[in-house]
Amino acid sequence: MSLLMPDFGLLFWMLIAFGIVFFLLVKYGFPAITKSVEQRREFIDSSLKGAQRAEEKLANLEKESQVLIAEANKEQGRLLREAGAEREKIIAEAHNTAAQKAQQELDFARQQIQREKDEALLSVRREVAELSCNIAEKVLRDELSDKNRQMEMIEKMLNEVAKAQNSVN
Amino acid sequence: MRIKGLSIVFLTLLMLCHTGLGNGYALSSASHNNTSGTSEEKGEINVQEIIFEHMLDSYEWHIAGDIVLHLPVILYSKTSGWHIFSSKRLHDNGGHYLNFYPAGIDSPRYGKLMEKMDDGSFVRPLDFSFTKMALALFINALVLLLIILPVARWYRKHKDGKEVPNKFASMIEAVVMYMEDTVIKPCIGKNYRKFSPYLLTIFFFILTCNLMSLIPFFPGGVGVTANMSITMFLAICTFIAINAFGKREYWKEILWPDVPTFLKAPFPMMQIIEFLGLFTKPIALMIRLFANMMGGHMAILVLTILIFIGFSVGNVLGGSMTFLSVAFNIFLNVLELLVAFIQAFVFTLLSAVFIGGAQVEHHK
Repeated sequence: MSLLMPDFGLLFWMLIAFGIVFFLLVKYGFPAITKSVEQRREFIDSSLKGAQRAEEKLANLEKESQVLIAEANKEQGRLLREAGAEREKIIAEAHNTAAQKAQQELDFARQQIQREKDEALLSVRREVAELSCNIAEKVLRDELSDKNRQMEMIEKMLNEVAKAQNSVN
Repeated sequence: MRIKGLSIVFLTLLMLCHTGLGNGYALSSASHNNTSGTSEEKGEINVQEIIFEHMLDSYEWHIAGDIVLHLPVILYSKTSGWHIFSSKRLHDNGGHYLNFYPAGIDSPRYGKLMEKMDDGSFVRPLDFSFTKMALALFINALVLLLIILPVARWYRKHKDGKEVPNKFASMIEAVVMYMEDTVIKPCIGKNYRKFSPYLLTIFFFILTCNLMSLIPFFPGGVGVTANMSITMFLAICTFIAINAFGKREYWKEILWPDVPTFLKAPFPMMQIIEFLGLFTKPIALMIRLFANMMGGHMAILVLTILIFIGFSVGNVLGGSMTFLSVAFNIFLNVLELLVAFIQAFVFTLLSAVFIGGAQVEHHK
């Protein structure tokens, strides 16, 4: 039974011992630990949230940058296409003008050639006429050296004139 | 692996010390017997006496063999006033000093000093003696403070929680936050901050006392939580915490519970039941902790005493008993480590539940 009997003296000492422990631990012990841990939890919480926000921002940025890149690519394609078309146009124009120029040159050259040819022909003709005149003079001089022949000739010519008049009439 | 090896060494040490202590007591009991006045002849083993000597409070602390720590005896008698003397005087004087004699084994206050009156009757004086249990209490309190306060100091210095605590602090923090998050917060609810330091204090106090009582040599080995006075004190603390801070709803449930009217008026049957319930809760707390801790200590003691009983019959029986006892004692000591935690946990848990019950704001 003596095990079950509470003892007044021991209760008294327990009051002192536990009182000291209780006072010290409540004042300087556990609240400091729990408060600090709670603060740490808040800190970790906010850090995690911050990290999440940063990640979201990063993802957004990435999306934006992708959109930008896609747009830039499109623009580049468009520019390239336009440049290509422009080039073709320029080349075609150049071709055209070149062709025109060439044609002009060609025409001019052709005209020149024609002109020169005509001139050449003219001079040749003149030369030939001169030559033939000279030749004819010489021939006529030879032929008309005797009187008979002269006469014959006159005859012949008169005939011919007559013939020509007849044919005209 | 290292921890495993350490624990085996520790257990072996524990075993040796238990048997060693038992031995010391068995031997010293022979010289003590004439003083305590109980019958014992020819080295017979008085099991009850050995157990009582271990479980009960005493005015001195046997450390080992002949080394005894004599503690101050402080008595107040209505007739003769204050008496303060060392328990060495009791020891030197054959157990009694002045008019003070220890109560016999059949007395409910066995071992406590009684004052012998002039007419030959014994009267109990007020006994404030700084006994073995009281010293053990202060040692345990010191150990607890030395564990918690430096850790708390670190946390006070690093308030913002942006630094990693050292290993020991993290270990204490893990236990503290485990209790706070899984026991105190869910059991009490939104007012938990007010009670959390108290509940943590009783948890760590009981845990420290339980674990210290498992150490079989000097600073430990005293089962303070296996003592009714201590558990009663703790239960009274919880009783105060429950009722001093009880909310209106809690008192309404006691004085005018939500039951059919004929149960509460004109004869206040429910009120009487509820009122009794106020006291059964802390009493259950008190008995549970006391009985569990006492039971464990008693089992270890009895198993150890079996060795000496065995040897008093014969060497063969003694040898086999030693083997058996050591095996069972290892098991029991490990079990007691578990019980030490569980009982501290259960006391705190139930205290938190009872306090939480008194904090209910609105009942459906």
